[in-house]
Amino acid sequence: MAFMKNKGSRRSPFAAVLVMAAGLALTGGGYAAATAAVEQVKPASAVASAAQVEEGRKLFLANCASCHGKAAEGSAAGPSLIGVGAASVDFQVGTGRMPGQASGPQLEAKKVQFTQEQIDSLAAYVASLAPGPAVPTEEMLAADGDATRGGELFRINCAMCHNAVGAGGALTEGKFAPALKGVESKHIYEAMVTGPQNMPVFNDANLTPEDKKDIITYLKYVEENPSAGGYELANLGPVVEGLFAWVFVLGLIIAITIWLGAKSN
Amino acid sequence: MSNKSITSADSQEPEHDYAAGLAVIPADRLQDPGLEPHRVRMTDKSVKHEKAAARQVAALFFTSIVGSAFAVYAYFAFPITEELGTVRLNTLLLGLGITLGLLGIGIGAVHWAKTLMPDAEVSEERHIARGSEEVRARAVEIIKLADSESGFSRRKLIRRSLYGALALFPLPAIMIFGDLGPNPGDTLRHTMWKKGTRLAKDPSGLPIKASDVTIGSVFHVIPEGLSELEHHKLEEKAKAAVLLVRLDPADIKESDERKSWSYDGIVAYSKICTHVGCPVALYEQHTHHLLCPCHQSTFDVTDACKVVFGPASRPLPQLPITVDAEGYLIAQSDFTEPVGPSFWER
Repeated sequence: MAFMKNKGSRRSPFAAVLVMAAGLALTGGGYAAATAAVEQVKPASAVASAAQVEEGRKLFLANCASCHGKAAEGSAAGPSLIGVGAASVDFQVGTGRMPGQASGPQLEAKKVQFTQEQIDSLAAYVASLAPGPAVPTEEMLAADGDATRGGELFRINCAMCHNAVGAGGALTEGKFAPALKGVESKHIYEAMVTGPQNMPVFNDANLTPEDKKDIITYLKYVEENPSAGGYELANLGPVVEGLFAWVFVLGLIIAITIWLGAKSN
Repeated sequence: MSNKSITSADSQEPEHDYAAGLAVIPADRLQDPGLEPHRVRMTDKSVKHEKAAARQVAALFFTSIVGSAFAVYAYFAFPITEELGTVRLNTLLLGLGITLGLLGIGIGAVHWAKTLMPDAEVSEERHIARGSEEVRARAVEIIKLADSESGFSRRKLIRRSLYGALALFPLPAIMIFGDLGPNPGDTLRHTMWKKGTRLAKDPSGLPIKASDVTIGSVFHVIPEGLSELEHHKLEEKAKAAVLLVRLDPADIKESDERKSWSYDGIVAYSKICTHVGCPVALYEQHTHHLLCPCHQSTFDVTDACKVVFGPASRPLPQLPITVDAEGYLIAQSDFTEPVGPSFWER
């Protein structure tokens, strides 16, 4: 090698080796650090092994392909799932809405038909088709945000359909906004991100992850704190109150009237 | 009171004056069935029952005493504290006590009247409304006397000036209606939106980029600057609130004059229902229907928000929008028609 022979050079024969070692250490270390940082940012569920994707593909072909197409491209019976993301799969399958049992104005939540492991595989497969919203991490779901702020955001963005305390409500032509009591935080978050069925999408530019956390905090607060004012009659508002007044109060008034008018024997 | 004295028809007047209104009296008309035969109560027949009823009434009154006393006890024994659940317990027990207190008196009093007080059927005769001839003649006499004594017919000057005074005296009252104003002027026709106002998120007031609005998204929008208003903030919000939706541009039916009002499938409509002004914000992503929660007026977002169901009579006004150099959504102008429910001048 040239540097061995060139004794007259000012450089030490080990200079090149040192430079190369330093370069390698810098790039390699940098790469390792960068990968670690990326790994940290990625939600845990987004890291899917090829085996899991393959498992998901098999489940998909067996259970979903008849409506959504063999490559999730969609058909007349079901929409395309390309780009809906893992969050959508986790919500739809995790609440039992998918696979749907019967067509109607709205697919309802029912008994979940897959294990969480299978749902994760399905989600990994659908997420591998095209990028989409990922399943939220534990940290995004912890109900430790600002319930007051969450309440205001809920009233502005959600209450018109879901009722001010999340009791649910009616929509048009047989559709309805389901009650949010007892719904897992994960599913509430996923619904906001993906906009299932007739619910609009609330992306992170509209409601930031922090906003979503506050909303979940508010819903959990409402769920855990009983109504202080007495029996809330399912919180459904004037319909339930009116029904109660007509059936029970009016019935009581009629009964009293009959008693007053009846002769004693 | 005996039955006889009440039911006997010893009045001087005929019981019915059919000649007054009924032209034909059918021969087989229903006969007045009269009163049912009097039924003697158990409490009238046996002293045992009478005493039992008396005890029941007293027991009901005593229940009332217990209820009232319990309400007083509950007020002190279950006070409302910092903990919210105590409100429920306090109001529940206090209410139960007061209810017992009132119901005991009420039911006891009625039970007393029904079982122990005199039990006689009473019927009141209906009399014709017309007075007797003597009464009518006397009334005319009084009016004539009053006229001659006051000189109302004789003193023309006084009478006519009185007519004038009576005609004019309500005028000041009508004039005062003017002070109910000021007239709203054109405030119902204009909102905070003007050319270049950025669309901002409710309630944060942060401006919205067109790229933030993905298909199927709904944004609840206020004009930028509304959050900083010091006066009439709610009034301005009540007029200017807007709902922003992004649709697939292929789904939208747009008239030629409104072609430029949307931006890449993003449309903005007034959130104020044209029926009675509730916020219309129940957006269905698949049907693109906007539903008003108050009276179920339904608007089709793909078709200029025309009314497809319900009592609203006009489509929701559309806010013409575009983007500025930085990509933020801005209004092209104010609404081109008044928002909200109908009023007389529109």
